[in-house]
Amino acid sequence: MTQPIEPLIRCEHVEKRFGHKRILRDVSFTVAEGEVLSLLGANGSGKTTLLRIISALVRPDKGEVWLGPVPLSSAADGIRRYIGVVAHAPLLYDRLSGIENLDFYARLYDLAEPQKRIEKLLRTMDLWQWRDDAVRTYSRGMSQRLAIARAVLHDPPVVILDEPDTGLDLQGIQLLNELLAQLRSRGRAVFTTTHNLEHAKNWSDRVFELRSGHLHQIELPDRIEHR
Amino acid sequence: MAELSGAERVRSREGGVAAYLRRVWAVAEKDVRAEMRSKEVVGTMAAFALLAAVVFGLAFDLRVPRPELVVPGILWVIVLFAGVLGLHRSFGSEVERGTLAGLLLAPVERSAIFLGKAAANLLYFLIVEALLLPALLILFDVNLIEPFILLGLFLGTVGYVGVGTLFAALTSRNRAKETLLPVVLLPVLAPLFISGVGLTSVILDNRGTAEVWPWVGIIGLYDALVFAIAFLLVDVIWEQI
Ligand SMILES: Nc1ncnc2c1ncn2[C@@H]1O[C@H](COP(=O)(O)OP(=O)(O)OP(=O)(O)O)[C@@H](O)[C@H]1O
Ligand SMILES: [Mg+2]
Repeated sequence: MTQPIEPLIRCEHVEKRFGHKRILRDVSFTVAEGEVLSLLGANGSGKTTLLRIISALVRPDKGEVWLGPVPLSSAADGIRRYIGVVAHAPLLYDRLSGIENLDFYARLYDLAEPQKRIEKLLRTMDLWQWRDDAVRTYSRGMSQRLAIARAVLHDPPVVILDEPDTGLDLQGIQLLNELLAQLRSRGRAVFTTTHNLEHAKNWSDRVFELRSGHLHQIELPDRIEHR
Repeated sequence: MAELSGAERVRSREGGVAAYLRRVWAVAEKDVRAEMRSKEVVGTMAAFALLAAVVFGLAFDLRVPRPELVVPGILWVIVLFAGVLGLHRSFGSEVERGTLAGLLLAPVERSAIFLGKAAANLLYFLIVEALLLPALLILFDVNLIEPFILLGLFLGTVGYVGVGTLFAALTSRNRAKETLLPVVLLPVLAPLFISGVGLTSVILDNRGTAEVWPWVGIIGLYDALVFAIAFLLVDVIWEQI
């Protein structure tokens, strides 16, 4: 059965400036179901800005982002249910424990059976033994693992990861690799940034670099041979 | 809302008013739980309120023949300034730790975030007032624990918390929020302050309940206006973060 797959993320001619600085000049791309796209780029090149636009936190000056059939510019708050985000800040509350943090977000996302889902994610990310400790006692990598669990808590079809590999040890990277493979096999659309070309190659179907406000595709020779 | 992809394995529950209130409650409970551990807001507000009461006690002790004349003003001044101390933390802490984005990324109405925050703030205020009233009784020998005074104080606090939470959200990304908040807040609170003092004086002077109701009406109207305006504004406050 072949039917044209509508891309889950479609970004069309997005522009963004801060004052006189033109950060994004003309950015267009799509991410289909089951596709992982990675974005490289120097510090300050605008990766986070682009991610914030796709996750509906910031509006572009020009252009439009579509999630499935829905244009973000006219979407209601409910659209956020379909997006999961790992940001630079872990989006976690210091005073609350790991399990309380996830429980809080599960309530915001109104999950039907949060306890099972939370336990599964905490075990997957190898945080179960620290579940009752306050997050402010977590190490950098532990916070990052919890941030990743938080992002996929509601199992969103669109997953947006801003440098998810920061602070992770080898085992953490391994877990992240497995998670990304799982998201791909389950038809999620993943858009991620990283500063590590190796990670980008491992994870992604396509790799782009953001340079002076434009996307440039990076060829992955070994990938092409695989297919 | 159109489904974006396949059947979702992790199901969400149905919407409606109950779901809305659950989200309000989730935000409020999260704030209160964190506050119970840090005691940052209530601790600061309560310490200020009690110290201020003592300072006013010392200041007026020698000169004022009947403390009932000054106590209404003292009560409301202390509540006003103690509140300013606590309110900026409401969104300030979320901005500092970057968690505000987590709230805004969730499929939650902005008004639900606002209401949850306001509910938590209301609880902090009520705790501080519950400590302040007995303190004023001890220091000035004036009993403010009267039904109408409590009603006025409660309604006034609701309005204050409404404006305060809204302004805290508006100023949360400003680096000077601690100083900016009182400057913008105090003029707006003037009607509330005047009515609160007026109501408290009426009761302490035993002027009868007929004179109380107009004040209650003004405060109630103020509360209604505040929350109506807040509901209109909250959707645009966080347009760009
Ligand atoms: N809110 C803002 N106001 C003004 N300028 C901003 C704002 N946000 C980002 N910028 C500017 O936009 C540019 C791109 O920032 P961005 O955070 O998107 O970079 P990045 O590619 O994610 O960098 P990094 O690799 O360090 O994470 C920077 O020059 C930054 O100063
Ligand atoms: Mg960045």
